Amino acid sequence: MEVILQNLTKKFPSRDRKKREDVIAVNDFSFAIPDGKLIGLLGPSGCGKSTTLNLISGLLKPTSGRIFFGEDDVTDLPPENRGIGLVFQNYALYPHLSVKQNILFPLENLKGKDKLSKEEMLEKAHEAAKLVQIDDLMERKPGELSGGQQQRVAIARALVKMPRVLLLDEPLSNLDARLRLQTREEIKRIQQETKITTIFVTHDQEEAMSISDMIVVMKDGVVQQIGKPQEVYDNPTNLFVAKFLGTPPINIFNGQVRGARLYIGEDAVLDVQGVADQDLYVGIRPEGFLLQEDGPLRADLRGVEVMGRDISVISGHDALLGETIRSIIGTDNKVNLENATVRFALKPHKVFLFDKKTEERVQFGF
Amino acid sequence: MEKKKISFQSLKGWLYLLPAILFLGFFMVYPLIDVFVYSFEEGYNSASQTYFGIGGYNYSYVLHDNYFLQAVKNTFLLVVITVPLSTGLALLISVGLSSIKPLRNLFQTVYFLPYVTNTLAVGLVFMILFKKTAYTDGLINLVITWFGGSAVDFIDGPYWAKMFVLCFYTIWVVMPFKILILTSALASVNQQYYNAARVDGTSKLRIFMKITLPMISPMLFYLIITGFIGAFKAYSDAVALFGTNLNAAKMNTIVGYVYDMLYGDSGGYPSYASAAAIILFAIVLTITCINLLVSKKNVHY
Repeated sequence: MEVILQNLTKKFPSRDRKKREDVIAVNDFSFAIPDGKLIGLLGPSGCGKSTTLNLISGLLKPTSGRIFFGEDDVTDLPPENRGIGLVFQNYALYPHLSVKQNILFPLENLKGKDKLSKEEMLEKAHEAAKLVQIDDLMERKPGELSGGQQQRVAIARALVKMPRVLLLDEPLSNLDARLRLQTREEIKRIQQETKITTIFVTHDQEEAMSISDMIVVMKDGVVQQIGKPQEVYDNPTNLFVAKFLGTPPINIFNGQVRGARLYIGEDAVLDVQGVADQDLYVGIRPEGFLLQEDGPLRADLRGVEVMGRDISVISGHDALLGETIRSIIGTDNKVNLENATVRFALKPHKVFLFDKKTEERVQFGF
Repeated sequence: MEKKKISFQSLKGWLYLLPAILFLGFFMVYPLIDVFVYSFEEGYNSASQTYFGIGGYNYSYVLHDNYFLQAVKNTFLLVVITVPLSTGLALLISVGLSSIKPLRNLFQTVYFLPYVTNTLAVGLVFMILFKKTAYTDGLINLVITWFGGSAVDFIDGPYWAKMFVLCFYTIWVVMPFKILILTSALASVNQQYYNAARVDGTSKLRIFMKITLPMISPMLFYLIITGFIGAFKAYSDAVALFGTNLNAAKMNTIVGYVYDMLYGDSGGYPSYASAAAIILFAIVLTITCINLLVSKKNVHY
């Protein structure tokens, strides 16, 4: 089911009595979510991603804008008539009901022509339970399950009615690191098996990047960028997106362009064609540094962290915004810790320029 | 060495417990045992501290005493009528209170007022409302006659009328506390359960029966148990409404009977009083055990 959001806006009245202005949680959000894809809504807390999810679910009414599921305008439909499955951040499993009763609960609500017989219900519940691999836990109470198992029950409960759209609100935030890795694969697998359009909300960029077909990066209620994870990572539209995606985070410098050459401090580090002379922000991904004895960028060497697969060189620079430069290089490089400075060459496609005022991306040729 | 340390530790523990133990021992445990002993001492005289013998005569006397049987009947009626009614009404009002927004605090205060009002003062007000005298029929009777009924003396009149006033009064007095507990129990149910139920298209009634009730069942159960115990111990309410000569008014309760046996006009019989008290204890214990058994299936902690 394709989900189309048209100029979706949600305002909340301000709690602060002195300020009469409304808080704009979601601002003019338009996007067509393609059928059968896994979409990650990504952003820092308070950016409006959960509000967007609640608007799609129908738990909140938009201030303006429309929502379509395929051809149907669902903007004015209550949640129960939209055909959605919703998994809550804390799962919201009914603690007094067994796993089986929890999964059966949505089916037992069906009335009229949709009403199912006991056998059909049980069969469907078992199917859903099997899909998330909890069919051996059906008689337990939620309190007797681990966090990951509870999460699966919540997904099974959301899936049992075969919703048109599955919505997940921070599905992994209550799990420990290892379980999180495992469960996110699981969500991907379930989504691919059921082919249900799935939208999930997260503040963890790694999580969103790893399983989404597409990610939507939001900030202060405004969509910053929409695209495939790798595209967004490789081609951020502005400084915020560049900073938000990637671990370790991107390194930001104050830089200058003079005569089509990019300067960081006194060092001319890169040829940039088609950029007028100006001050700007320079973002360099950690993997954009090459260790080179005569490299153009000089930095004060502070230390080296060996992480097995690769090593990260920690260094400092006067023009840097932030504490340290973190650059990741292959283990076949040797860093002489005796040296006070370390010199880097830069991979041009890992270097991004941003306007000082608008923080928008400045494209350059190389 | 190790052993000594432990005994010193436990000694310290006992020392901390001592004030409470002494207090409870003197004022709770000792009298309890004493009551039990009295109830088997036949013809005990508190002045001379003498008795004729030991046996079950006190129980047999009490159980054949018409006043006691009347008191048991009254008490059971009171319990059976007021506990379910007051709990049900309190639940209804709490659900109502938690689903309205404007003036909620005002209503909560209004509903809590009876709790902080003096029992005897309220009893007096009730008497004025319900009593029929030579000069006036009272406010309630005024309303009844407006609607075409005939005036009834609720305070000195027929048994059912008096029982009605007593039940009405009891319900009115115990409700505020129940409402207070239930509104906070309702407020503590996570909103997400309701959201989840809404997304699944659950009807209002089903949400209430399948989610709200089980979620607040521990509190509800607590209220029912304490409600039973409280109603069995009823006494002051009856006094407030019908005066101290409850036997004459046929409105006595078991606790009232115990009090009358000790200090009433026909009193001075600690043995009979003790026997009646033990019988009351047995009744309350049985009911509470039944409650606990029932709750095992229906209460979700």
